[in-house]
Amino acid sequence: MTILVELSQCRLTYPSDTMGEADWLALEVDHLTVRAGERIALLGKSGAGKSTLLRRLRRELAGQTSWCPQEPGLVPQLKVFHNIFSGALDRHSALVNLRNLLLPSRRHQTEIARLAEPLGIADLLWSKAGELSGGQQQRVALARALYQHKPLLLADEPVSALDRIQGEAILRQLLQRHTTSIIALHNAPLALNLCDRVIALRDRRVLFDLPTSEVHPDNIQRLYQ
Amino acid sequence: MSTAIGFLTQTRSLRKLTFYFALLAVACLALADIDISTGSPGHELWLMGRGLLTPQVPDWQQWLDAVIYTLTFSLQGVVLAAAVGFLFAVYYHLTWVRVVAALLRSVHEVFWALIFIQIFGISTLAGVLAIVLPFSGTMAKVYGEQLEEIDSRPARAVHDRAESGLSHFFYTRLPLALHAMRNYTAYRMECAIRSSVVLGFIGLPTLGFHLETALRTGEYSAASALLFTLLALIYSLRYWFRARLLWVLVPLAFFVRPVSGDWHSANFAQFLRDCIPAPLREDWALEKSGRWLLWLGEQIGAGAWNTVLLAQIVLVLTGLFALLTSTMNSSHFVSGWRRRLGDGFLLVLRSLPEYLLNFIFLIVLGPSMLPAILAMTLHNGAIIGHLLGKHSDEVAPAVMESGPLSRFAYFYVPTLYQRFLAYCFYRWEIIIRETAMLGVLGIPTLGFYIDSAFEFLRFDVALILIAASAVLTLCADSIARRLRRQFLPAY
Repeated sequence: MTILVELSQCRLTYPSDTMGEADWLALEVDHLTVRAGERIALLGKSGAGKSTLLRRLRRELAGQTSWCPQEPGLVPQLKVFHNIFSGALDRHSALVNLRNLLLPSRRHQTEIARLAEPLGIADLLWSKAGELSGGQQQRVALARALYQHKPLLLADEPVSALDRIQGEAILRQLLQRHTTSIIALHNAPLALNLCDRVIALRDRRVLFDLPTSEVHPDNIQRLYQ
Repeated sequence: MSTAIGFLTQTRSLRKLTFYFALLAVACLALADIDISTGSPGHELWLMGRGLLTPQVPDWQQWLDAVIYTLTFSLQGVVLAAAVGFLFAVYYHLTWVRVVAALLRSVHEVFWALIFIQIFGISTLAGVLAIVLPFSGTMAKVYGEQLEEIDSRPARAVHDRAESGLSHFFYTRLPLALHAMRNYTAYRMECAIRSSVVLGFIGLPTLGFHLETALRTGEYSAASALLFTLLALIYSLRYWFRARLLWVLVPLAFFVRPVSGDWHSANFAQFLRDCIPAPLREDWALEKSGRWLLWLGEQIGAGAWNTVLLAQIVLVLTGLFALLTSTMNSSHFVSGWRRRLGDGFLLVLRSLPEYLLNFIFLIVLGPSMLPAILAMTLHNGAIIGHLLGKHSDEVAPAVMESGPLSRFAYFYVPTLYQRFLAYCFYRWEIIIRETAMLGVLGIPTLGFYIDSAFEFLRFDVALILIAASAVLTLCADSIARRLRRQFLPAY
């Protein structure tokens, strides 16, 4: 399988809050490859470096990824429709984008309505994003990621604000619509159920990197100790 | 003693900063020319008070015309300045855009007007341009900062490269700043009404034109009617300066008073020739040029010295006045009708342009630096006081209960002091610019020399002096920015 990205001997840092101070180390990676077609789950306690790794992968794969950050990062003043549409700004000319901001075109309306339907937000398209609940905002952010139409998905806790059943259904859809996915999750059973490879991070290092079939329950327990 | 002034050895003490500023102001006060030279200021004040209570419009036709000119000048000026300022703000990350904006706003609208009147005559074009240029510089700065302060997460969520195009701007950045930008534009409209009144004092046909005549001839009833008109115009803004109505009002403004000027290319060519420094234009001998340079240098030196001196005093007094009067508009001290009254007082004071206040104090107190000090302190102090009081509402009430004076000293001032200093530093460049401009009324700041240069048609000298005042403004801006960064990292 084609190698999409390869990291070796990488020290990933996290930008420091105070100016002038050195950035602090978030994750040290000896060797890591991502191949096309893989469904990778990133597991680990919060602060283990999952988001840092995702950000780095996004930079390496610039232009090829659908991005779904942990915080929805919506524009609260814009309608849900426009927030979702903003995932595809690069696909259209500026003129089409500006026109769509004032007068949404029929074609984009149907496209986005179709996308929103299975996520359960079809009837919210004309509400302002700032007026939605946390779970609704997260689903809008997911729709925005899907509308980017990229082969690769990078998602950071994409279903953390949804209930278990809803979260699993939506995660399945996400995986189906992308050939390759790398998803940070806090729900280990869900990850083992849906992904084919698990990268576990602990204490700013890769604890193990195994196919799902070889992951032993003890491994998982040690990860969260 | 050592504990009392222990703050002098600290490096980032706000007390030390305040102490030095106050010390400097006291030193300036000792050097400044402050005097009451009229025989009976009380009598003049009494006449004015009587006029204030008996407002009268002598000629309604004239009044209506002046109101229309005041409104169209300011509306046209603000709308055009908002458009230019917005364009600048979009590209505010480019250094040259920042520099152009800073240069535009470093020259006071009165000076711009004096220049444009030479080129286009006393015309709508001259008036509108005089508002558009400095306002677009200021609006570029504020819009630019508002766009920089927005939450950047939405932009980062949909875009993985550093550079981003127009579409990204309209989808992920502009909507986040639009509310703040709208509010600021409404405030600028208020400033524009004031400016267009001030431009009347130097000859444009707005309310200020008739106000000047009325004040100079002692017709205080006519003057007070015009004054109340100005206040009413500013107060009414909240009802009609709205996006929906502007679609009608702006085209109407351009239709009722089309922007036009007297353009004669020969005149303009002559003006441009006159802008070349005399020694170069007339090819003077070295010795004569030397004398000219010395004469010019004296004007710049004296003008700049007086400008800085006066501005320093005004800055500190403005701060003091603002800190005290902000309590009139603060939930920590007043509520109900008292609060509304205090707020109203500050808003009225803020609505009166410093030029007009200076003009009035000049009649009452006679020529010295005192009228300018009072005028600028009241105007600028009311602006900062109003803002600071409003901001104090966001601070949770004091935990320890105490009387108003202790609350002021132990709770109010300490919690708001950083914000207060930030406002003062922001205002500094404006105070310098205003101080230079008020010279037009006779105090020997730069504006005095600029005005007389225009009077003698020495445009070369006028432009050099205007440049000198711009440099002073830019210096104040840059020092304020440095102090803000060192002492108020949060602002």
